[in-house]
Amino acid sequence: MNAATATGYNFAYLDEQSKRMIRRAILKGVAIPGYQVPFGGREMPLPHGWGTGGMQVTASVIGEADRLKVIDQGADDTTNAVSIRRFFASTAGVETTEQTADATLIQTRHRIPERALQENQILIYQVPIPEPLRFIEPRESETRKMHALSEYGAMQVKLYEDVARFGHIATSYDYPVMVNGRYMMDPSPIPKFDNPKMDMMPALQLFGAGFEKRIYAVPPYTKVESLDFDDYPFEVQSWEENCSICGSNHSFLDEVIIDDAGSKMFVCSDTDYCRERVAQQENPA
Amino acid sequence: MSNAAAQLQPNEGEWQDIEPLLSVRDINKFYAPGKGCGNINFDLYPGEVLGIVGESGSGKSTLLSCLSARLTPDSGQVIYNSEQFGAMDLYACEESQRRVLMRSEWGIVHQHARDGLRMNVSAGANIGERLMAVGERHYGEIREKAAEWLQAVEIDTGRIDDRPSQFSGGMQQRLQIARNLVTHPNLIFMDEPTGGLDVSVQAKLLDLLRNLVSRLGLSVIIVTHDLAVARLLAHRLMVMRRGEVVETGLTDQVLDDPQHPYTQLLVSSILQN
Repeated sequence: MNAATATGYNFAYLDEQSKRMIRRAILKGVAIPGYQVPFGGREMPLPHGWGTGGMQVTASVIGEADRLKVIDQGADDTTNAVSIRRFFASTAGVETTEQTADATLIQTRHRIPERALQENQILIYQVPIPEPLRFIEPRESETRKMHALSEYGAMQVKLYEDVARFGHIATSYDYPVMVNGRYMMDPSPIPKFDNPKMDMMPALQLFGAGFEKRIYAVPPYTKVESLDFDDYPFEVQSWEENCSICGSNHSFLDEVIIDDAGSKMFVCSDTDYCRERVAQQENPA
Repeated sequence: MSNAAAQLQPNEGEWQDIEPLLSVRDINKFYAPGKGCGNINFDLYPGEVLGIVGESGSGKSTLLSCLSARLTPDSGQVIYNSEQFGAMDLYACEESQRRVLMRSEWGIVHQHARDGLRMNVSAGANIGERLMAVGERHYGEIREKAAEWLQAVEIDTGRIDDRPSQFSGGMQQRLQIARNLVTHPNLIFMDEPTGGLDVSVQAKLLDLLRNLVSRLGLSVIIVTHDLAVARLLAHRLMVMRRGEVVETGLTDQVLDDPQHPYTQLLVSSILQN
């Protein structure tokens, strides 16, 4: 532990009993891929909707030897990412990093890193609304029954509405997936660009929803399929532009307005990936 | 009996070969003494339209809910002869099977269209939902069928992307019917399908229903307090009062020659012009 570690707190803020309870929920989630496990969500020292679910999962699985990376919309330097990273640096005294390759734990809001994750890594998602069927069915008792009986036809209604109104499946984030051919899952508001990365990912994926008090998981090497129609297959976003910083033509790009005249540039949303590519171009190994 | 008349008699053996679609045995459901329905027994045969009439509070809707697997009765059995599962006791089987029935072999038309429609998605999606629920995954085909059914219930196909909230009451009711019929169910439950509609819209809806029922050979159980609706649609009538069936018979027979004092009262209370 380093000198900056806060005193008076248990390791990683949560008390050991709460962590055990959350770990049990995580184990159940891993055992039933895509199934939403209710858990007794604890208060965290930041508001709901700022990543309390992801933080509780992180606090329960983090160990002294872990290296933590936190991203928000792909970036390491936004408020949410910086404060959560600092929080764990001070309450758990763990090493933090901005490099995807070095991290053992990655807590994320709204993105999956561009660099392929490995077996020794865990990806923890912050989830606002864990129930994919909520749009079509407001009753929790009914959505649970629909999951139990695999009644997922109604979800297709959402895609139908998209095609009827826009001529293509316009849902671009929070795109529903089937996990292991059994449970329908909300992948949290990641762009659908990232959906294919979830399929057969070597890393463990954990999802924490603090507000709704649900935990779910996708174990390593699990099949994750995005929903679609036979005549309107699933497609990811693509851009005509390349990243203005690293020139990437295959990563997820953010459109940034750069002056009052409406000029804009496109840059990689994954800041670490962009930085790594620039470094490589400057010093080709 | 003359020879000619004897030939008109149905062959008894053949008649008995037809299995009832729905058999109801000793159904009881009481919320309080006298409130609910009890001692109900009948068989419904394929292609038959059964009307249940009676005053408000006589247990018609309770009975319909019990029959359509939406309300567990206190005692008794409802046996449905399913295409997929064979003869099944509705309240002894798995809930998953009941739910499969509801979206494939059955249709339920509610009194208020809002209860039976998804008001926040388009008319096309409302019709397509049952298709998608039974596994249809081709957008073009779903849309084509939705348009066909809009036409069948006389709604302009140009309204396919409008939401039901933008439809009139009569159109919502017709949309609800289309949504139920799209998977070609065998048995339809209707609870006051013409309630709350004005007379001319009612007449149009009844005409449409009668055509669809005879064209598709549907079996229907229809609950209504309106004897005119019953006369127009039902082959057979059950008259209910205080939770019990007081008279049953062919519709014309019951309405033209009522035997029970309550039925006589009911028939005589129709306004004559």
